[in-house]
Amino acid sequence: MKSIAIIGAGIAGLSAASDLSKKGHKVYLIEKNVEIGGHVAQWDRLFPSQKEAKIVVDELVKNLNNRAEVLANSEVQHCEKKDNKFELILTGNKNLLVDTILVTTGFDTFRAQRKEEYGYGIYENVITSADLEQLFKKHNVVCKTGNPPKRVAFVHCVGSRDEKVGNRHCSKVCCVTAVKQACEIKELYPDCEVYNLYMDLRMFDRHFEDMYHEAQSKYHVNFIRGRLSEAGENKDHQVVLKTEDTLAGKPLKLTVDLLVLMIGMEACHSQKSLNAKLGVRSDTDGFLSTKDIFTQNNFSNTDGVFFAGTCTGPKTIPETFADARAAASLVNAYLMS
Amino acid sequence: MKIEGKKQIWKEYQKEIPDNDFFYVRSCIRQNLFPASEVIFLKILREELGKNVYETPHHTTCGGIGYHSDIVPLETVMTIIARQFALMTEAGFENYACSCITSFGLYSEIIETWNHFPELLEKTRKSLKDATGREFNIPKTLSHASDVIYKLRNEIAEKAKYKLINKHTGKPLKVVEHIGCHYSKMFPNKGVGGAEFPYVLQGMIESWGGEIVDYPERRHCCGFGFRQYLIQANRGYSLANTHKKFESMEPFEPDMIITNCPGCPFFLDRWQYVIAETEGKCYGAKGQGIPVFTYEEVAGMVLGYDPWDLGLQVHQIAVEPLLDKIGIPYNPETKYQGLNGKDLGEPEFPSNIRCC
Repeated sequence: MKSIAIIGAGIAGLSAASDLSKKGHKVYLIEKNVEIGGHVAQWDRLFPSQKEAKIVVDELVKNLNNRAEVLANSEVQHCEKKDNKFELILTGNKNLLVDTILVTTGFDTFRAQRKEEYGYGIYENVITSADLEQLFKKHNVVCKTGNPPKRVAFVHCVGSRDEKVGNRHCSKVCCVTAVKQACEIKELYPDCEVYNLYMDLRMFDRHFEDMYHEAQSKYHVNFIRGRLSEAGENKDHQVVLKTEDTLAGKPLKLTVDLLVLMIGMEACHSQKSLNAKLGVRSDTDGFLSTKDIFTQNNFSNTDGVFFAGTCTGPKTIPETFADARAAASLVNAYLMS
Repeated sequence: MKIEGKKQIWKEYQKEIPDNDFFYVRSCIRQNLFPASEVIFLKILREELGKNVYETPHHTTCGGIGYHSDIVPLETVMTIIARQFALMTEAGFENYACSCITSFGLYSEIIETWNHFPELLEKTRKSLKDATGREFNIPKTLSHASDVIYKLRNEIAEKAKYKLINKHTGKPLKVVEHIGCHYSKMFPNKGVGGAEFPYVLQGMIESWGGEIVDYPERRHCCGFGFRQYLIQANRGYSLANTHKKFESMEPFEPDMIITNCPGCPFFLDRWQYVIAETEGKCYGAKGQGIPVFTYEEVAGMVLGYDPWDLGLQVHQIAVEPLLDKIGIPYNPETKYQGLNGKDLGEPEFPSNIRCC
């Protein structure tokens, strides 16, 4: 029986673990957190169908059917290649000897505190898109006062396409997530005024444009082309925004009850130390560097080490699944060769 | 407002501030606007705290006003600044401390430029040598004078006779702070606390018993903005900026304003009078204004100096209501007497803003 260590039990890791274990391989699924499911497990509903994120993760776990050995709360401390096998030492000195490694470490969300001018962690009613999903899950989308918001603004591209914070890349999913969340706010509170402050809307995938259209025609969400320059807090703990409507060519001041920062994806902060252990490398944007961006997107430069999911760059959930399935197929071919 | 979030940011913006042996340079305009502030800085450091501060009458303007008005070219400014540094070098000092925020911003900008373009540094060295025969070292530390007072704030607090507390209520005074655009907006890491949530003035106020008021337009320009005021036709912009700030801070009912820039206290102080005269609007309690201070003046107040020795009688907004709140004694009879007892004459009183 061949064996694989999959590093990261998000949706890419779970999907690949399921595929490879069905092929009869021994799969170790290493997860640094206590819970599996990655970022998706923290989400409430998913674009474009509004399917519950929990159902998606539950389906993956069900497909896995306990065929993989899940090593939660574990991290790779050491890795060495010996005679075409990889010897791994995990937290707690657990040793593994495997034939191949699949890296599915995913991404970290941007630390919104780094955009100091937006006041996250300082102003009471500034939250992130990830925080809002938690509020949706708890059915408790309210301001700090406990009152429902009467006016909400979403700021796109927080930590994405922003040279000041060192992230030039687009995170792909934030635009459509903002549209989704804006509509969800309107579903909860039809009288709430909702504003989306964007650079440009990247509705690139199937159904995205329909969502954007519906946000305007059905939910009357306001879209303003302009980035937020700064946020302040007034005496009532409302958030006072200074922005610009670049289409109208006018500066704009907006007072909202809740400000939602659409935080982007960044390469996993622990990736660099893992790279050194696995003998792989990252690109200038921090995401993992593949053997060939077109034809060998799941291959690393180290024979026997493969990549899947958002560790090689921002992806939507369907793209992540497609990538994970492709990687599983390539890993299987490698093991059988 | 979550103070823990601010503390996280403050941790990231700490700078090296020496606690002794300063080469001190004054501002071009502060002595006219707030005549005692620089003298009080020297008195506090030398007489209260026993520090070594050197200043020379040979220093000049840094060229900042001309530079920011597009009158003086960059190369000239570099050479002017090189001459200032030469005076420091000749006096045997390494810690440069300046009174003016614009100078501080400009010194930071020039040193940073020299770091990135060493050929400009060499060119400046040659220009200075050719013109004056002088040579210079770049300062080991560059501090704004408010950095120095911030560094020594707890020593000042230990010697303080008064606290920034309302003696009638026992509550901390609510203080608005305004750091001035050139302090850290250009180089956030050069200022204590950075640019978005600066700590330099807040640290002083906390040490001296007061409480900072945060308000939405806290970061906005005071209204000086150089071109907004220096060009007469633009002065409406200057007034509009100041008006915007006061409208924003008014709901928080601040007791006073502390500043660390030459222009900011002037505009925040004088434009209150103009707004009151033109609009009939006053932002303080009981038809009064909100008094505006330099950080040296506030340090002098808590140390118990005579308010008239601090030059508080030349403020547009009367300071007596605040002195009464804190419990600082003053003699109304000597308010308009010069240091030698000479009668300076009483100003004309405003019609719409109460003085006491």
